Amino acid sequence: MKNYLKLVSITLFTLLFVACSSDDDAAPEPVNEEEVITTMIVTLNGPDQVVLTYQDLDGDGPDAETLTVSGALSANTTYEGSIRLLNESEEEVEEITEEIEEEDDEHQFFYTIGTGLDVTTEYADEDENGNPVGLSFTLTTGAASSGSLTFTLRHEPTKPNDGLENAGGSTDIEKSFDLVVQ
Amino acid sequence: MKYCIIITLLFSFVMNSQNCNHSLEGYVLDFHNGEPIAGATLQIKNSQLQTISDSNGKFIINNLCESSLELIVSHISCDQKTVEIDIKKTIQTTIYLEHHIEELEIVAIKGNNSNNGAISAQKEKIDKKIIDNFSSESLGTILKLAKGVSSINTGNKIVKPVINGLHSSRIIIMNNNVRMEDQEWGIEHAPNIDVNAIDNITVIKGSNALAYAGDAIGGIVVLKPLRYLNKDTLYGKTIAGFQSNGWGYNLNSMLSKSFKNGWFTNGNVGYKQNGDLNSPDYNLTNTGAKSFSGNGIVGYQKFEYGFEANLSYIDNTMGILSASHIGNVGDLVNAIDNEEPLVIDDFSYAINSPKQEVTHLLGKINFYKRFNTLGKLSVQYDYQNNHRYEFDKRIGDDRDKPVVDLELITQNIKSDLMIDKFDNSTIYIGVTGKYQENIANPETGVRRLIPDYEKTDISLYGIWNTSFNDKLKTDFGVRYDYNFIDAKKYYKTSRWEERGYSEDFSDFIVDDLGTQLLTNPTFTYHNMSLSAGLIYSINKNNDLIFNYGLSSRPPNPSELFSDGLHHSAARIELGDLRLTKEISNRVGLSYQLEASKINLSIDAFINQINDFVYLKPTGTQTTVRGAFPVWEYFKTNAFLAGIDTNIDYQFTELWSFNSKFSYVYGENTEEDIPLIDIPALRLNNTLNYKLKKWNHLNLRLAHEWVGRQNRYPDYNFETYIPTIGEYVEVDISSPPDAFQLVHLYGDMTFILNQKSNLNLMIGITNLFNTNYREYLNRLRYYADDTGRNITIQIKFNY
Repeated sequence: MKNYLKLVSITLFTLLFVACSSDDDAAPEPVNEEEVITTMIVTLNGPDQVVLTYQDLDGDGPDAETLTVSGALSANTTYEGSIRLLNESEEEVEEITEEIEEEDDEHQFFYTIGTGLDVTTEYADEDENGNPVGLSFTLTTGAASSGSLTFTLRHEPTKPNDGLENAGGSTDIEKSFDLVVQ
Repeated sequence: MKYCIIITLLFSFVMNSQNCNHSLEGYVLDFHNGEPIAGATLQIKNSQLQTISDSNGKFIINNLCESSLELIVSHISCDQKTVEIDIKKTIQTTIYLEHHIEELEIVAIKGNNSNNGAISAQKEKIDKKIIDNFSSESLGTILKLAKGVSSINTGNKIVKPVINGLHSSRIIIMNNNVRMEDQEWGIEHAPNIDVNAIDNITVIKGSNALAYAGDAIGGIVVLKPLRYLNKDTLYGKTIAGFQSNGWGYNLNSMLSKSFKNGWFTNGNVGYKQNGDLNSPDYNLTNTGAKSFSGNGIVGYQKFEYGFEANLSYIDNTMGILSASHIGNVGDLVNAIDNEEPLVIDDFSYAINSPKQEVTHLLGKINFYKRFNTLGKLSVQYDYQNNHRYEFDKRIGDDRDKPVVDLELITQNIKSDLMIDKFDNSTIYIGVTGKYQENIANPETGVRRLIPDYEKTDISLYGIWNTSFNDKLKTDFGVRYDYNFIDAKKYYKTSRWEERGYSEDFSDFIVDDLGTQLLTNPTFTYHNMSLSAGLIYSINKNNDLIFNYGLSSRPPNPSELFSDGLHHSAARIELGDLRLTKEISNRVGLSYQLEASKINLSIDAFINQINDFVYLKPTGTQTTVRGAFPVWEYFKTNAFLAGIDTNIDYQFTELWSFNSKFSYVYGENTEEDIPLIDIPALRLNNTLNYKLKKWNHLNLRLAHEWVGRQNRYPDYNFETYIPTIGEYVEVDISSPPDAFQLVHLYGDMTFILNQKSNLNLMIGITNLFNTNYREYLNRLRYYADDTGRNITIQIKFNY
């Protein structure tokens, strides 16, 4: 019995040793972050083109984001809007817009007009069930004014809905731009 | 149970020519200390020849014929044992008897103690009969039956034990003498245990059980499997249950066989499933769960040596409330402001994202041998593989990809020696070596929550138990733990700079990939733990127990390395490489009264923890999804104190009453504010009625009252919500209101024949379908807790 125990102990210690020495110093693979939206480009085409850009290349890292508005909108004008989403954190830039288009019944953009800004928006696209998606929209300006316009993308909202209040789902994008109508 | 075993026979040969003139002589000695045993009867089987050992343990039997004979040795406090002797010559033999086991057993029963030396620790035992009544429940739910134990939950099925206000890495779970290694650091990581494979549970509060661990600042949960008798038996049990809330069902079957010659085997398989649970007013969408488990044991046991091999496997899939999947702090504000969850669908068994899938494989083998006049040596090797997947709501090709894919492999070898040769003392010493590897799969496409790491631990301990006289017992223990952690982690360069690591930890950097840095953080910890205790028996009915424990816990990988957005919690969690080990000084004082009608026990404690690690919100950070609160790991000094009481009162033979009370006070003494996540005051009263002649009818009416936690830190913060264009306060701190629940249980046992019986149980929890939310439920912001549940369970013993 003693010999048996000894044998077992030796076997076990060998196992442990083998386990410990199997350590290889290879570096783990870096993770290629997918489905991260680093960039949102909202193009408003009217008599003049206005581009709203959001960019934050380190994603949820601590670096600050940049928000730019290329210029002022003209009063009493209708613009055709389109939204483009990119992942620029990788060398090969990824078009997130396409993924949203493929699953448009599970996504919806909402446009929230801040106090003071005199504009209205309307959806210009729909999913397979006839509900709005919001990658395309029209924006009609009223009188000269200024205020914020917020773009919210909800994943798996209740569709159809009356707006953000009862849409539910989880927020994938929520960004505000300060606009001027003149 | 008594053992009397003859361990060694030392033969010496003397020539003798006459056939029936042989003699057998020798000594009967105590196995433990080699002292002579007087008064042992030695009889030759099928013969009138017998003798009794004298005061020196000596005996002699003359006039033996040359033959093979069986010698039956017995003593007043032992089972009789038979040894075969081949009589060819006069034989001298020494017979070792296991002598004082009976005495030890009595102590063990009285002190509920079989836990490697921690005789003075504050502890409480939950036995099989109670576990069986909760066969469909989680370990965490059952542990709440012990006073001073509450739970921290993510929904209803992910339940982690909280002992005296402490949880997660501060609590060690020992499953059949194996330390469970299952990524216990997260609040949403529940222990992977099938309660049906457990025979009894002992909750040890505080760190005093040093044979198991030195870092169990909160406590240790010891799970023990069935003990086997060396008898020819075949025993089986099948439990089938149904739960109305969530249309759940569970089936568990166990078969156990043991042989007189020492072999035993046991197998256990179980499956349970439930669909969406419901609160009193609505469905809790995506709270379904299913679990498969299997467990097998084979072993051989003699008093002097034996072995056991155990293999167990569990596969859990758990849905997480749909409404708790939120995008940003604005969604959190909506959830807090809404009475009802934002997603309520019809009942379904489907488990969709967000969900967890966890498998845990545990294999172990151990051997023991008793050495005469020394004690018992055991050697154990165990292997664990814990694989954890977490799924979130994702889009496109990533839809079915997990966001977390972690494999934790642990190997452990340990050796323990119990020295029981001394009359009044028992000494335990042991050594453990552990190697652990965590592999984070990069294919998830999400930055690793926990990095790849390797961890090596070596520990040594010694415990001394002694009794000075009938009234005073003491124990003293010391343990040393060495931990070495070697991680490989990618940091975003921006995060590395922001944390200020470039100054302190630049030598960790292995590679610079531009936006990311590959680092190799290594940490070494040396931890000393101490335990000391006194048990003073004032008289037959009254005991006073004092204990002190010093323990330290190095920070876990999550506390050191967390970095980034925790999707399911909608927050950014940041670990800190600068964290150091927690050091706890805990003093416990208990009083126990055991009288004919009343049993009373009071456990009080104070626990001062230096460099206590906790998570605290420090502001918000904007991302594309909007603003997220940032929670960072900090260290502070914490002071905890509490009292737990238990009263059993037997009114009459039929009626009895039980009352349990627990209160914990927790203070962050550096900032003079209450500690976060301290359980609220809790009072449980149960009225029992037992009528044996009505098929062992048991009725229990239980009342549970949970107060509002009025001592909480205010970590609320303000955030700007662009969609409403306002700053709002995010109330993440306010605890929910006090609540009370009533439960009713009844069971009857029908004796079918000598060997089999059938137990029928019906239980109704939350009888009045009360709406409530628990402070320590991470999903309390989103939905009410579960409503009424009717359980019907049939248990068949055969």
